[in-house]
Amino acid sequence: MSGWSLFIDTFFRPDLVAQYLPAILKAVTITVQVAVLIVATGLASGLMLAVARSFELRAVNLCIIIFADVFRTLPPLVLVLLVYFGLPNVGLTLPSFAVLWLVLSVVLSAFAEEILWAGILSVRRGQWEAARSTGLNFVQTLAYVVLPQAIRLTIPPLTNRSIVITKNVALGSVIGVPEILNVATTAQSFVGNCTPLTLGAICYVVLFIPVVLLGRWVETRFAWGRA
Amino acid sequence: MTEQPLPILEVRSLRKTFGTFNALNGVDLTVVPQELVFIIGPSGSGKSTLLRCLNRLEEPTSGSIFVDGIDLLSRKTNINLMRRRIGMVFQSLNLYPHMTARANVTLALRKVLKMSRAEANTIATAALERVGLADKAGSYPAELSGGQQQRVAIARAIALEPKIMLFDEPTSSLDPELAGSVLAVMRKLRDSGMTMVVVSHEMRFAREAADRIMFMENGTIAEEGTPEIIFGPNANTRTRAFVAEIVR
Repeated sequence: MSGWSLFIDTFFRPDLVAQYLPAILKAVTITVQVAVLIVATGLASGLMLAVARSFELRAVNLCIIIFADVFRTLPPLVLVLLVYFGLPNVGLTLPSFAVLWLVLSVVLSAFAEEILWAGILSVRRGQWEAARSTGLNFVQTLAYVVLPQAIRLTIPPLTNRSIVITKNVALGSVIGVPEILNVATTAQSFVGNCTPLTLGAICYVVLFIPVVLLGRWVETRFAWGRA
Repeated sequence: MTEQPLPILEVRSLRKTFGTFNALNGVDLTVVPQELVFIIGPSGSGKSTLLRCLNRLEEPTSGSIFVDGIDLLSRKTNINLMRRRIGMVFQSLNLYPHMTARANVTLALRKVLKMSRAEANTIATAALERVGLADKAGSYPAELSGGQQQRVAIARAIALEPKIMLFDEPTSSLDPELAGSVLAVMRKLRDSGMTMVVVSHEMRFAREAADRIMFMENGTIAEEGTPEIIFGPNANTRTRAFVAEIVR
């Protein structure tokens, strides 16, 4: 057997592709569903935290900063295991889906808060002053003048973070969520061949290219002139 | 005795300190309706700080400010409602980059004065017309020259029908040929009876348009008078030295 056909035989056997494609596609829909939920709640709560932080209340900001720093530094795998296997000891048992969603949402919100906060800070002071000088109050200025600019500036890093967190859905495999990696590795050990894993990898690429393109499109859609 | 019109702006012993630095050292200033008061002086003399205190972008340390008879520093005064009565134009233009010229003008009309979009648009069109930019209503700031941006900023302020307009070095960030169009709009505004306080180094404009010129130094008004006095041979030495430096 030549090297090339050995490679195909190990990583891309047509009969195994046919056999496991349906199961992996089903896993893709699960990954997508969980990911959409995580990105929605993660970005939304990150935005809320960044807005809360701009009110510059000391105690509140201290909490937000600690929250963001802790959840940006802890490995998400540790959090997943801690919540899934640890919380039942104190009487709180959550289904594996809920654990994955909760943990990754919290992690994403910590990153999103820091990114959006940096975006808010990067809007020049003159923008605040111009808006306030026409009688807009703090909240109106934030909502209509500062946030639209901050969000526009932070779309690329927020897209990146969303991709990273969606890939972390694979962590669900350690707590039994039937997402792509879980289904693929199970099949791999069952048939003793890497083909299911290759299929899973291809699914990730196919899944993320539209996300990257969407990020690009959103960026240009909200561009204003060439300032 | 001639009857004095009630002042639109009355500032009494205004002080502003930043840490240990006295930016304003007891400034008194009275501006009557339709007057154009020019403030000149070296950088760091407190001109911009004074202007920024007049709509409380900067909180004065002590003193009093009355605008149209209302105590600006009173806790009972709604500063957001007062600010629409005090238009301000900045050196750094400060248009909202994510909005068209029209939207820049209508934002406060809709959100502060709670006008409908249609009402606000009508007023915005009129305001943009006054600054000669009716045809640029749909343009974004990035598509406008600096001079045009500054004129939109003026339209944004006058659309709110302020009692007084504050200009903080409105032409300093512009090329001279673009500054001309902004000065032309300011001249028109003055002719329409707008009360104005202008901080600027445009001495020619000061000479021909100002009713009064204040020369500020070290946080106080060192000298004030008509353009004839300030630019004349009898102005005090510091004023003359400063003017000579600028028009050089």
